[in-house]
Amino acid sequence: MKPILETKNLTHTYGAGTPFQRDAIQNVDISVFPGEFIGIIGHTGSGKSTLIQHLNGLLKPTSGDILLDGKSIWSSKAFTRQTRFRVGLVFQYPEYQLFEETAYLDIAFGPKNMGLSKDEIDARVRRAAEFVGVPEENLNKSPFELSGGQKRRVAIAGVIAMEPDVLILDEPTAGLDPVGREGILANIREYQKKQNATVIMVSHSMEEIASNVDRLIVMNQGTVAMSGSPREVFARAEELIAMGLDVPQMTHVFLKLREMGLQVDPSVYTVQQAKEALLALKEGR
Amino acid sequence: MLKDITLGQFFPGDTLVHRLDPRTKLLLVVVYIIALFSAKNYVSYALVLLALISVVAISRISVKVLLKSMKPLLFIIILTGLLNLFYTQGEALVSFWIFTITKQGIKSAAFMVLRITMLICGTFMLTYTTSPIALTDGLEQLLKPLKRIKVPVHELSMMMCIALRFIPTLIEETDKIMSAQKARGADFETGSLLSRAKALIPILVPLFISAFRRADELAVAMECRCYHGGDGRTRMKQLAYAAADVVAMLLGVVLLTAVIVLARFGL
Repeated sequence: MKPILETKNLTHTYGAGTPFQRDAIQNVDISVFPGEFIGIIGHTGSGKSTLIQHLNGLLKPTSGDILLDGKSIWSSKAFTRQTRFRVGLVFQYPEYQLFEETAYLDIAFGPKNMGLSKDEIDARVRRAAEFVGVPEENLNKSPFELSGGQKRRVAIAGVIAMEPDVLILDEPTAGLDPVGREGILANIREYQKKQNATVIMVSHSMEEIASNVDRLIVMNQGTVAMSGSPREVFARAEELIAMGLDVPQMTHVFLKLREMGLQVDPSVYTVQQAKEALLALKEGR
Repeated sequence: MLKDITLGQFFPGDTLVHRLDPRTKLLLVVVYIIALFSAKNYVSYALVLLALISVVAISRISVKVLLKSMKPLLFIIILTGLLNLFYTQGEALVSFWIFTITKQGIKSAAFMVLRITMLICGTFMLTYTTSPIALTDGLEQLLKPLKRIKVPVHELSMMMCIALRFIPTLIEETDKIMSAQKARGADFETGSLLSRAKALIPILVPLFISAFRRADELAVAMECRCYHGGDGRTRMKQLAYAAADVVAMLLGVVLLTAVIVLARFGL
């Protein structure tokens, strides 16, 4: 299968030529395949945000390249603009970018910029609102009257309405209550399945990452430190902890069990896996 | 783009200039400006320039940074220079079409450009070497006598302090909102003037809302810490004049006197 999005030797330097010069990311090579759900983790300042802002052409690389369907996104102005629509980026706390008179108009902002017909815009706004669970009656309200969770959903719908092939979300659940978190994650999974879209999610919550993604990219000090299935990555739990990152609670439990002398695999990261591993251990005896 | 703004920036350091009391520096800037506008001719200008150069040298602020910060004001400087060049009466040197360049014009243009440049550099030296907090502290102390005539000195300086503190925050916020709207296909660079002005709405609305939210949060946080204005408020860092301040002040007075005396003799 051919990757939909690729970075080649991507390097970005902030404040080049000043005393504050700093490499945010260095020689990052990642490939993203159609239909994948990828998680990106890394602590503050590891270059996650810089990396994702390159993927839709908001930041221009200092050196290296980004390919969408094998074509450099900087090859022409028109293609860069097209990339913004094909790779949708939801920023952290996206509700702070709402500005229109009604939620409907705010969601329509992206599709309108794409130059779609009125009917198509209307259809997309309604579809996107339904996807993220914004009820019909809220569409005609001012986005500033809505509750925090609804505001977040309207903001995410604003990106989903562009129906991007790749949806990137920077900590979409930060600051929400547990019900709101699970609701938004379920919406994102549904979008991925129905549209056969690729999703890239940055998160600090290991539980969230562990139970959603197919593949995990770990960023550390501006480079890709690890990449693989959650099981492969969490098997190296000690390294993750050394980088100052957390691991899922179950991995913690199993690390401790192994320290106490039990022959268990520490790459276990969900309750289900833990149950299976423990039962197998019991039967083995 | 927004990160290039150096106006009012502070460059931390530990030189004699940095350590001076902010009140001294504020007063010296006033003295410097009066001296600059009293200067009439070569000798007096040279004297003021010498003062500026020595302060820059002592403070170790790089000349490059200082000159770079003049960039936004370059237009005004050039315009003033040109106006003086063409509109000064006197002995004509060259003349073409409706323009006449006179000997006096060249001289007054050169002096005007020099004066504005030195004015900007001098005042920038104040903000470059004084932290915003020290600056507002100094200003409050200097303006304290005005309290007698019911000027809310403390409130004004607190407002100034907060405004300065939030400039970088708001710049960062603007950057973030701009990126977010660009990600939804907003276009700020092309189109007519009107459509470009319209394109600013998606930035300005969220920016205003977040500024109000921040102001509200800050007010609540201040009240939670029992802030109730300036009455009875003590400071962690008490301002105190040192020997260096007295010397600097004396030098300032000497400079001003010298310039005024020189101007009297037309030098």
